[in-house]
Amino acid sequence: MSRIKTAFESGKAFIAFVTCGDPDLETTARIVHAAVRGGADLIELGIPFSDPTAEGPVIQGANLRALKGGVTTDGIFELVKELRHDLSVPMVFMTYANVVFSYGAERFISACRDIGMDGLILPDLPFEEKDEFQPLCRQYGIDLISLVAPTSENRIAMIAREAEGFLYVVSSLGVTGTRSEIKTDLESMVRIVRENTDIPCAIGFGISTPEQAGKMADVSDGAIVGSAIVKLIEKHGKAAPPYVEEFVRTMKGDF
Amino acid sequence: MTNPKGRFGIHGGQYIPETLMNAVIELEDAYNRHKDDPEFAGELNELLNEYAGRPSRLYYAQKMTDDLGGAKIYLKREDLNHTGAHKINNVLGQALLAKKMGKTRLIAETGAGQHGVATATAAALMGMECVVFMGEEDTIRQALNVYRMRLLGADVIPVKTGTATLKDAVSEAMREWTSRISDTHYCLGSVMGPHPFPTIVRDFQSVISREIREQVLEKEGRLPDAVIACVGGGSNAIGSFHHFIDDEGVRLIGCEAAGRGVDTYETAATIATGRLGIFHGMKSYFCQDEYGQIAPVYSISAGLDYPGIGPEHAHLHDIGRAEYVPVTDDEAVNAFEYLARTEGIIPAIESAHAVAHAIKIAPEFGRDQVIVITISGRGDKDCAAIARYRGEDIHE
Repeated sequence: MSRIKTAFESGKAFIAFVTCGDPDLETTARIVHAAVRGGADLIELGIPFSDPTAEGPVIQGANLRALKGGVTTDGIFELVKELRHDLSVPMVFMTYANVVFSYGAERFISACRDIGMDGLILPDLPFEEKDEFQPLCRQYGIDLISLVAPTSENRIAMIAREAEGFLYVVSSLGVTGTRSEIKTDLESMVRIVRENTDIPCAIGFGISTPEQAGKMADVSDGAIVGSAIVKLIEKHGKAAPPYVEEFVRTMKGDF
Repeated sequence: MTNPKGRFGIHGGQYIPETLMNAVIELEDAYNRHKDDPEFAGELNELLNEYAGRPSRLYYAQKMTDDLGGAKIYLKREDLNHTGAHKINNVLGQALLAKKMGKTRLIAETGAGQHGVATATAAALMGMECVVFMGEEDTIRQALNVYRMRLLGADVIPVKTGTATLKDAVSEAMREWTSRISDTHYCLGSVMGPHPFPTIVRDFQSVISREIREQVLEKEGRLPDAVIACVGGGSNAIGSFHHFIDDEGVRLIGCEAAGRGVDTYETAATIATGRLGIFHGMKSYFCQDEYGQIAPVYSISAGLDYPGIGPEHAHLHDIGRAEYVPVTDDEAVNAFEYLARTEGIIPAIESAHAVAHAIKIAPEFGRDQVIVITISGRGDKDCAAIARYRGEDIHE
């Protein structure tokens, strides 16, 4: 059983996203610890990319700040090694196909196993292209996380049937970022997912309030929160860890 | 050359967010339905001929030929098309297709502004809404084209992220498309991005080589020895090459923007300095660092200032069917001025890259040989920038 499943074992999962190296890797390490103390069940670590086409302005900004600060894939692997000394929380990387491809797919994915990562999310790798990395991910025991979107419709069943780790349900059209309202018929999407797979599904994109997080967790198995956390880090910089801890605790609320 | 999954050799594919997958599938279905439909072809031909002014001339550049003392040089005059560049060929095709699909809104990226102007033009003609994303840096370099787009009724959104040039405009257009799909067609301007765009754009631009072939056969009774075109994403080049790909005797030469030189960081020459990667929906060659971060490329030409190259070009390079050569800013500016003085034709600074390479190699050819240079656009838009490059400050 993959470690990712443990995130969903004790009720609904709260999944926290941070961009590695914003403002620096040392702060990222403290933020991850803080998020776990606040109750995060799974950590999504963003490896910054120069041109993150699926991100809204908040996470775009974090990517550019991190790259400007000189963060690299190798530096992030070192960060994970250190985190794994005293953290057993499931962790997945979120990055773009070229970051993995350019590093050397096998070199990257085998390193993921060696440093103790559990999964990989690549928003620019749809179902049709997953053979690019899936065989290597299977070989090294890394879950390649699939996404379904409000426009997926007839594709949801096909994607769900082959999904691994957990299924990332994109709540809304467009890019990442906080939204005041989520209008998608998520119940129907989740119903199709559940008819086709036993793996858990979590909803992300646009979630910034405890009410939204609770609602999303109610209809699925968990909520993914990124931009709202990254905003706090943008605002507080190196002093962000306690704010993130408190935010995660509030967001997770009673689920 | 495309296999069903949109691959050219190892290149191409559909590396895009799940949110867009049904949109590109719908586009592919619609394209396959309409491309061989005589009614669609008839409407498009009518637009290309009566509205855009096709066929464009294949002009014998006698003074240039005499001056260089080598091959007979012909210029394929895409600069004479309505809106002043080859971009209109693709845009009229895509806009017509979008209309058939029931879309009411076109979005586009633009570098030099030529594709944006063409898209705004087609939108005006067909009564569609139009939003154009343009790097802020390029809105300054190409202020005249920004005005033209607005005059045509388009919204121009300056993109401030990254290097604020063409690649950022593409990223922003993709982001916009993921947020609004049902009524919107992304009218991509080059032979790049996810399948089916590289194939659709190539097919619509291949009218260039179909005409060159007929025209050169009529004038010379033979095929050309070389066809030369500039390459950013590569749409005018693939359009110029397409109907010659099976004719091994025709050299196909793509001219990349080397900026300040391929040994500097200020270059956009992808084949010369890039390596294999995955970006903007496709596998191809990209300028990038050792960690796969896309390089902030540079060229004096906003239209060639892109860190990648279309997947079919990457494949033609792999199999050795086409040659790709770097041309610096300096060489392009010299060629811009040369063509103006020698033939009375002011080419786009993009096209001047192809002229520059022809100037270099024409003397190596015999007097009985024929070179065709595609003049992909006209240079009015570049006059102020070239004047600045020469140290002269003029107002547009």
